[in-house]
Amino acid sequence: MSAAADSRTLQFLLDGEVVRVADLPPTTTVLEWLREHRGRCGTKEGCNEGDCGACTVVIGELRDGGIRHRAINSCIRLLPTIDGLELVTVESLAAADQPLHPVQQAMVDCHASQCGFCTPGFVMSLFALNLENPAPTRDQVVDALSGNLCRCTGYRPIIDAALAVPPSTETTRWSRRDAQSAARVAALQSIQRSTALAVPGFTAPRTLDELAEARAAQPDATLLAGGTDIGLWITQQLRELPSLIYLGNVAELQAIRQDDAGITVGAAVTFSDAWPVLVAAHPALDDLARRFASPLVNNSATLCGNLGNGSPIGDSMPALIALGARMNLRCGPSSRSVPLDAFYLGYQRKDLAAGEFIVSVTVPHARPGLRLASYKLSKRVDQDISAVCAGFAVTVIDGVIVDARLAFGGMAAIPARAPQAEAALIGQPWSHAVFDDAAEALRQDFQPLSDLRATRDYRLIAAGNLLRRFAREHDSASAASLRVSALQPR
Amino acid sequence: MSLSKPVVTARVGDDLRHESAHLHVSGRAVYCDDLPLPANALHAVFGLSPIAHGHVRSADLTQVLSAPGVVAVATAADIPGDNNYGGIIPDDPIFADGLVQYAGQPMFAVAASSHLAARKAAQRAQFEFERLPAILDIRSALAADSHVMPTQTLVRGSPHQQLGSAAHRLSGTVVIGGQDHLYLEGHIAIAIPQEDGVMLVHSSTQHPTEVQHVVAHALGRALQDVTVQCRRMGGGFGGKESQAALIAAAAAVLANKTGRPVKLRLDRAADMLMTGKRHDFLADYDVGFDAEGRITALTVMLASRCGYSADLSGPVNDRAVCHIDNAYYLEHVEIVSHRCKTHTVSNTAFRGFGGPQGMMVIEQIIEDIARTLGRDALAVRRANYYGLHTRNVTPYGMTVEDNVLHTITDQLEASSDYRRRRRAIAEWNAANPVVKRGLALTPVKFGISFNATFYNQAGALLHVYKDGSVRINHGGTEMGQGLHTKIVQIVAEELGLPVSAIRVTATDTGTVPNTSATAASSGSDLNGKAAQAAARTIRERLLNFACTTYRVTRSDIRFDQGWVQIGAERIRFADLAKQAYLARVQLSATGFYRTPKIHWDRTTFSGRPFFYFAYGAAVAEVAIDTLTGETRLLRADILHDVGRSLNPALDRGQIEGGFLQGVGWLTTEELWWNANGELKTHAPSTYKIPTARDWAQDTRVALLAQEPNREDTIHRSKAVGEPPLMLAISVLHAIRDAVAACGDGSVLPNLPSPATPEAVLKAVMAVRGEGST
Repeated sequence: MSAAADSRTLQFLLDGEVVRVADLPPTTTVLEWLREHRGRCGTKEGCNEGDCGACTVVIGELRDGGIRHRAINSCIRLLPTIDGLELVTVESLAAADQPLHPVQQAMVDCHASQCGFCTPGFVMSLFALNLENPAPTRDQVVDALSGNLCRCTGYRPIIDAALAVPPSTETTRWSRRDAQSAARVAALQSIQRSTALAVPGFTAPRTLDELAEARAAQPDATLLAGGTDIGLWITQQLRELPSLIYLGNVAELQAIRQDDAGITVGAAVTFSDAWPVLVAAHPALDDLARRFASPLVNNSATLCGNLGNGSPIGDSMPALIALGARMNLRCGPSSRSVPLDAFYLGYQRKDLAAGEFIVSVTVPHARPGLRLASYKLSKRVDQDISAVCAGFAVTVIDGVIVDARLAFGGMAAIPARAPQAEAALIGQPWSHAVFDDAAEALRQDFQPLSDLRATRDYRLIAAGNLLRRFAREHDSASAASLRVSALQPR
Repeated sequence: MSLSKPVVTARVGDDLRHESAHLHVSGRAVYCDDLPLPANALHAVFGLSPIAHGHVRSADLTQVLSAPGVVAVATAADIPGDNNYGGIIPDDPIFADGLVQYAGQPMFAVAASSHLAARKAAQRAQFEFERLPAILDIRSALAADSHVMPTQTLVRGSPHQQLGSAAHRLSGTVVIGGQDHLYLEGHIAIAIPQEDGVMLVHSSTQHPTEVQHVVAHALGRALQDVTVQCRRMGGGFGGKESQAALIAAAAAVLANKTGRPVKLRLDRAADMLMTGKRHDFLADYDVGFDAEGRITALTVMLASRCGYSADLSGPVNDRAVCHIDNAYYLEHVEIVSHRCKTHTVSNTAFRGFGGPQGMMVIEQIIEDIARTLGRDALAVRRANYYGLHTRNVTPYGMTVEDNVLHTITDQLEASSDYRRRRRAIAEWNAANPVVKRGLALTPVKFGISFNATFYNQAGALLHVYKDGSVRINHGGTEMGQGLHTKIVQIVAEELGLPVSAIRVTATDTGTVPNTSATAASSGSDLNGKAAQAAARTIRERLLNFACTTYRVTRSDIRFDQGWVQIGAERIRFADLAKQAYLARVQLSATGFYRTPKIHWDRTTFSGRPFFYFAYGAAVAEVAIDTLTGETRLLRADILHDVGRSLNPALDRGQIEGGFLQGVGWLTTEELWWNANGELKTHAPSTYKIPTARDWAQDTRVALLAQEPNREDTIHRSKAVGEPPLMLAISVLHAIRDAVAACGDGSVLPNLPSPATPEAVLKAVMAVRGEGST
């Protein structure tokens, strides 16, 4: 198989064949290519914004000598970013008139499709889950499906189907073994590049120095990582993006490093890779990690992209600000580091010079006496945008609060700390009354807006009550008495 | 019989899988957007009004027309026939003409070489408006006396007099939110010009005949000149009953203008901005009752937000009026029903069609009576249930003859362990200040049939081919509910064939004409009977042929899974079909059905609008967080009446799916307009339907056993599409129950729907007597 594709032709693997694509705008999405250019219509468009999962496909990439397959939203994933990867669609799983994949058969047997429009997406999410975890628990199934909407079934038969997939016979098409076959690995290896992909309007540097150079040369270019927000600029706002620099192939940006300073997550690291490391260091972030977007988003989206985007309702910032995370920036040859809370200057304004870019974020380790929590309030539990998101890091030594960092999303034009509420805590003993005072002080810290997610009143009251919940949770043995998510029926 | 498919046998009543399941899971089920297009096809989108109400002072589309890839633009002036898609009242322009009446109203459509090119071009339109004041909500419309149709009043007895003498009296308001359908497949149509002015339309529609009608009128043609086809929809839920005609008509106008095929697909935002939703309602009630909680008199001012036009709002509101009683006998009652006109999208059919909103009113009244008296709500419900022999006439004069609610309630109360859990929850609530629990059992009695009698008819066309394979076509549409699967089972039963010998083909106005919408839960009731009639005609001909040919009597002949036993001889069905063909027996037949017994007088609001009722009940247990207002459904127990089920697996699918859709309606699904009348929740990013997490793991669903439909429906089954949605009212009342547990009982919970965290927290604070800021 010839690997010598030029730097202007995309190459990826589909059904064992190398597909080469040239002469398409780099803003073409994977979904658009499948449906409109390839005539491969099993993958559906439900929302074109990464919120329904009808467009779910699986991508495979070389990892540790094998292939790691993950489900993504194809509607907001730009085609050039799957260069060098394997693309798996619902049509890939079973040829016409051939036996269905066990996941597909389980869906049929459990009556898990009604109108069928969302079904290919569910199949692909469950297929990816099956490759990763052939015996999932119900919770793992629900987590895996949080980015797939079904309007017909009520989900029960889909969950049942996921739990009914029989152990793989290891010989069938797209069994776990087949997914890692030597031929597949070799085919994927054959399309890896040694020089950067550079199509008109899109370059994909391979080293940090190349990136710094490209950034300096094109300070107005759009930096693209997972593209889960930029995808919306294209599909929803119909913006023209004449020049894109893709971070996903920069080797240095793909690393997670742990040292005395903390955990340093590179700018191209996806949430799916970042969360487990962060949660291992800070178990209190588990609930936030589970409710953050969906696997379909997190398998593309990057932590640094979310931080760099700087949305006032981004969910990663409050907890990271509370923990004292720092942004590591680079401009040409020079580097600097800024505290995350100082990085946000105002609505959609950041402490980022022309030509400067984010290299990584460093999240400190837990300190003695640290009490950490992160809370998210939204209309729906899964894959919703917060009305209020909070991260609290309070250090208590000998019963006295010596440090308090309280950060909120949804309360101001930027993710922000609450200085008055922090002041109400510092130097005080840990008590419910002190947190009541801090909750009252929040009214001096924030003047939130009313919008479709919540009114100003709700944001203020609920944010204060999250401080009260924080105080109570650390004093209560019974989570069930404080959180509806921990309950069982009577 | 030569069949490439493996032989699959199933009888009526079996759990046969959906006829397209293998296609759904493999991505090979073809939806409109997947159809291959002719090479010269164009892609179109609408241009929408940015304002809620105003006169168009100038419209400049030159920049649209000059945009890259654009071939044509269509406005009202390009419509050769009627610029209207209103089915009942002609007040719905395809393209706004001089006056815009909601933000999102279509003003023009543009056709280009690609969908993206058309979307980009549409943004370049330049309009100048003379803005007019916009009425956006129900209270404002009531104050301004703004209506799309005249107010209707239903009175029985002497409610005002009885209210005056009632032992107890209570008044209050019920606030009921709207709902977007959020079918996963958005609206789409493809119009392909044929020879001699004929137009072929592929439409994702629940009502191909209505699409045919609107397209023909828009083009100024006869119905014979327009053919509409629909193989399947990616969900409908009522949203594709009247609304699909707009999309198809615009596509046809552009196809007519350009002479080229035109695909018009709405992106999600356009779909949600442009097309109608479930009506939100308000009800002010005044109720009198005795010490047992038995209602002695009730007056209700019922008002709905219809939006800018009538659409289906008349029948939607009629059905709301006809379901305010739900399961309860209302001896003295007055319902005044206002159909409010607002400068918002024209609301339309949505699963339940006003019925859920009507039931919401009485269920809150019952709960509040119970709270006022300090009685368990279930006891108050029972005290008010329709009787089996007395107290069994609805406010609109129909006798309830098939009441199984007493049975359902007794069974469900026991199987759900209602009383023990009620006590356990009270204990929990006494011990826990932060997380409170609530429990509620609510019943459903839902009338089956279109209120408008003439819609209650259906046709089918069945062919037997020389190889014994069968094609059945009928007037119903497949939107996921499994109608085609049930039709296959019904035909297989009549002809003694394996289900794999029968193929249902796309709904097609050229095959079965003058069809009714697949709506009102009636799909299998109507089309099942029509298909059965067609199959019986064929069976009759084959029987007669076999009697003559084989010299046997009818009792000697038996059709059985692809074989025909004729006396001592056993031959393949295919062989009999071949022989019949050679003997010149007609192997094609139509079938027709009209629902018996029903009649309705809209002027007096009386009659028997429904052939029968479908029943059900649910018990929901929830927990609420009184710090944040977050809620969680912990357990649901459902017992639902489908008569003798045609297919229990499919029926369970409707029950579960309808239930969760109802839970979404009443909890997370909030439609939010800003002060300018712009809908800001117009995508799944902002409008939150339930996810898999929201399905309570401990959900126990059962079909009511041994209660075949007392009316002669298809195999004594009952309709199941809509009624289960209303089982979700139990969830809202469980949340209200938990809210009520936060106070001392002196304040009734004031909880609108949807019960978002914000709404719940506000209600909790109100019963605790806490201020909001």
